[in-house]
Amino acid sequence: MSDLNTAMAAKYRANFLKEVEAVVEEGETVKMCMQCGVCAGSCPLGKHWAHPPQEIFMMIRAGKRDEVLKSDSMWMCTSCYNCIVRCPRGVQITHVMHGLAYYAKRLGVVPEGQPTQQVSQLFWDNLMKGGRVNELKLGLSIYFKDGFGDGIKNAMANQKLGMNMMKAGRMSPMEFLSGHTIKDNAGFQKIIKKAQEIEDAKFDGAAK
Amino acid sequence: MAEEKKFVGFICTGCGIGERLDAGQLETTAKRDGKMQDVKQHEMLCNAEGVKMIQDEIGGGATHIMIAACSRRAKVEAFNFTEVAMTRANLREGVIWVRPDTDENRETTQEMADDYIRMACAEARFMTKPTPSGEQELNKHILVVGGGVTGMTAALEASAAGYPVTIVEKSGALGGNAANWYKSIPSRAPYAEPQDTGIEGMIELVNNNDRITVHLNSTLASTDGAPGRFKATIAEESGATTEAEFGAIVQATGYKPYDPSELTQYHYKDSPDVVTNWEFEALAKAGGPIKRPSDGKEVKAVAFVQNVGQTSKDSGKLPYHSGAGDLIAIKQAMYCKALNGADCDATILFNNLRTPGAAGEDFYRSAQEKMITFSKGDVSEVVPGGELEVKFKDLILNEDTAMKADLVVLDVGMMPNSGPDPYAQLAFEEAEEGSEEKETLRQALEVAPPSILNLKYRQGTDLPHLRHGFNDSHFICFPYETRRTGIYAAGPVRRPMDMRQAQDDAAGAAMKAIQAAENAGKGMAAHPRAGDLSYPSFRKEGCTQCKRCTVECPFGAINEDEQGYPVYNEARCRRCGTCMGACPVRVISFENYSIDTVGQQLKNVDMPDEFSEKPRILVLACENDAYPALDQAGMSGIEINPWARVIPVRCLGSVSLSWITDSLNSGYDGIVLMGCQKGDDYQCHFVRGSAMAHERMSKVGDTLQSLNLEPERVEVYEVAITDVERAPKLINDMAETVEKIGMSPFKF
Repeated sequence: MSDLNTAMAAKYRANFLKEVEAVVEEGETVKMCMQCGVCAGSCPLGKHWAHPPQEIFMMIRAGKRDEVLKSDSMWMCTSCYNCIVRCPRGVQITHVMHGLAYYAKRLGVVPEGQPTQQVSQLFWDNLMKGGRVNELKLGLSIYFKDGFGDGIKNAMANQKLGMNMMKAGRMSPMEFLSGHTIKDNAGFQKIIKKAQEIEDAKFDGAAK
Repeated sequence: MAEEKKFVGFICTGCGIGERLDAGQLETTAKRDGKMQDVKQHEMLCNAEGVKMIQDEIGGGATHIMIAACSRRAKVEAFNFTEVAMTRANLREGVIWVRPDTDENRETTQEMADDYIRMACAEARFMTKPTPSGEQELNKHILVVGGGVTGMTAALEASAAGYPVTIVEKSGALGGNAANWYKSIPSRAPYAEPQDTGIEGMIELVNNNDRITVHLNSTLASTDGAPGRFKATIAEESGATTEAEFGAIVQATGYKPYDPSELTQYHYKDSPDVVTNWEFEALAKAGGPIKRPSDGKEVKAVAFVQNVGQTSKDSGKLPYHSGAGDLIAIKQAMYCKALNGADCDATILFNNLRTPGAAGEDFYRSAQEKMITFSKGDVSEVVPGGELEVKFKDLILNEDTAMKADLVVLDVGMMPNSGPDPYAQLAFEEAEEGSEEKETLRQALEVAPPSILNLKYRQGTDLPHLRHGFNDSHFICFPYETRRTGIYAAGPVRRPMDMRQAQDDAAGAAMKAIQAAENAGKGMAAHPRAGDLSYPSFRKEGCTQCKRCTVECPFGAINEDEQGYPVYNEARCRRCGTCMGACPVRVISFENYSIDTVGQQLKNVDMPDEFSEKPRILVLACENDAYPALDQAGMSGIEINPWARVIPVRCLGSVSLSWITDSLNSGYDGIVLMGCQKGDDYQCHFVRGSAMAHERMSKVGDTLQSLNLEPERVEVYEVAITDVERAPKLINDMAETVEKIGMSPFKF
């Protein structure tokens, strides 16, 4: 458990709703939920969620901090925005779900091996190297994320697609060796670094 | 009557009547069979020229007119001739619009129209022009019973309309329950904050109003009379009495909160920190931050437990919901935030959150903005202690859980401050001595509340209860109109409601009271037959003092004298005719509606012989629902069987068994009676009329048996105004039945 998690839990001890309001994106809309369940009914992946959105909101109000943050549910959101469009109370459900996921990640409490989280991390790491996504490497790293055996299986399954892309000049095998970056990668890295500082300061401030 | 009678008929040939029917023949029928002294035709009788033609005839001495045109429900403004007795033959909706325009149907359509002319003429010959009885009095003084929000509003509204008002209030002060409140549910946009109750201002307005007299510490020792001439004895606590006369009465006796003591799981009796929502108002009104009663500690966490002892079939609980409880909880949770700071936690534990009214949803949102917590939970127990624990099942998360609170507020419902149910008193009187039923009724009467109005009526001392002790005659269709004409219930004594609704109610009831007083002054019915001048009278020499009319009147309008003869109170009467239908010796009649006006209609229908293959079906249709449904069928082009002859009746309750016997004897092959829905969810405009009719008609079987006729020949139905397709079908079904079982052998 991270220091930040301990600090935040201590600060908002009894009131997780206030914590969500303070640090989660669009968290201030959570209190307006009236438990109608339209979001749960609208979600195309609803049946894969351990806790549908309106239940997550109820858990937030009931102070179930650990259960919410360690939940797999908000990672299921595919940003289709069906729920936001339909919510009669204007709760920014999609944003809140991503906000909660990000906050859980930040606190280091995401469930081990959560695949959405893993893929997101791979995407981020790949992107950060050269300021652009190296598709060949990203594809391969996703294929091989669960080990060598699975990787080969995944690669074989998509072999035809890969060959076609190369034939069409959409993907170069040379990217595997070097891969090109954006023009001013150093500048990009500076921007990201600054943004991270601002973000860190925000959480440091919130925990105080 | 010494006056010369002159009968004139008018036949309209507009709207296709002239093309579909032989107007010349109709005229002959009206003259020869209908005995009209003169008959005139017009191509559009309802236009200015046509109306003038009728007026000229009236000017020329016509006393009875028969208008053969559209339904009696159409063109009522044009054909409004109050100076004569008038009947209408329904040739448009009733004949040409329900029959197909083909050559093979021409003959039967014409026969139908001729019959309706004969019927309307016969009706005209047996009616007289309705005139007020002379019994009427105009008294503009309105009596308001109860000086709470509803009573004061009713008084202010009536006085603003120019009517003097007397308020009788049992307690020593005006204001009622609401005087103890801190604030009220908002009644104005943006519906975000509780607002001032405005009670002090209202009391001041009442006290400074020259037209309003207030009797505090007073009750009604007796109330007698009728609209326009109510005599009330106002008794003060000190023993002094005042006699006064009133035109109409508004009963606004309000409610009392339910007592949750018996519901032991809430420990209401054990802990001073468990209070009802009504008691919580006083804690907030005390000023400053809300302190808990046990130790005066400023509260930091308050739990509102909703729906306590309500919407339950368990004995000792209220079977209904009071409606306003959740809005009250929202309002009170806002008190906590406003008086004890934003960090004071207010949690509302609800199952079904009801926030009715325009303000409801906005007020709910506003509470959420203020971080008031709403948890869908079923509270199982409140554990008393220094810090109370509320155990509940979270219904969203489906788990048993608990929360801590400094103070627990129970949402308890409203119970009406009604008098005893007069029909319980009557049922007790009528129950067999020594029977179990009598004992049950006696026990119920023992715990009944004391009388409020002390009416000197044949049918008991107070307003009849509709449901759960509330005083009304129909929550939706006839609000305020109790089953005692001229006495209107308003506010929570009528149904549970909040202050805003009570004020609307009060204004409505005040207007109704004014209408009743004014109409009583003119000898007119108040409602639903507003403006009707006819009233029932009886032939004393024929009366057998059987008391059926005095017992069966749905409105308790008829008293009895010492000898048991009925004493009619014209202004209390709604003109439904239920007494007329009840009278076994047929001595009760109205000027324009009697045993004869209907009896002669059915006798004047041309009755083809048994071998003609032209049966006749008599339809007696309630003028409020069934008859309009049949009119609507005509407008929608739905066919009605050509053998049917429809007679509108004021209420199925006014149908005399003699009409049924007479029509069977004179050869009708089938009879269809159409009344309104009866029973608990009744739609009868006269409350009990349809139910009475169904009861009476169950005895028709004996008549049919004695005539050796099949029981299927008489059917009684409940028909709604929306039964546009069903009503004609019921008639057509009877035609099929007649075809199956054959014609009646009683044709002469």
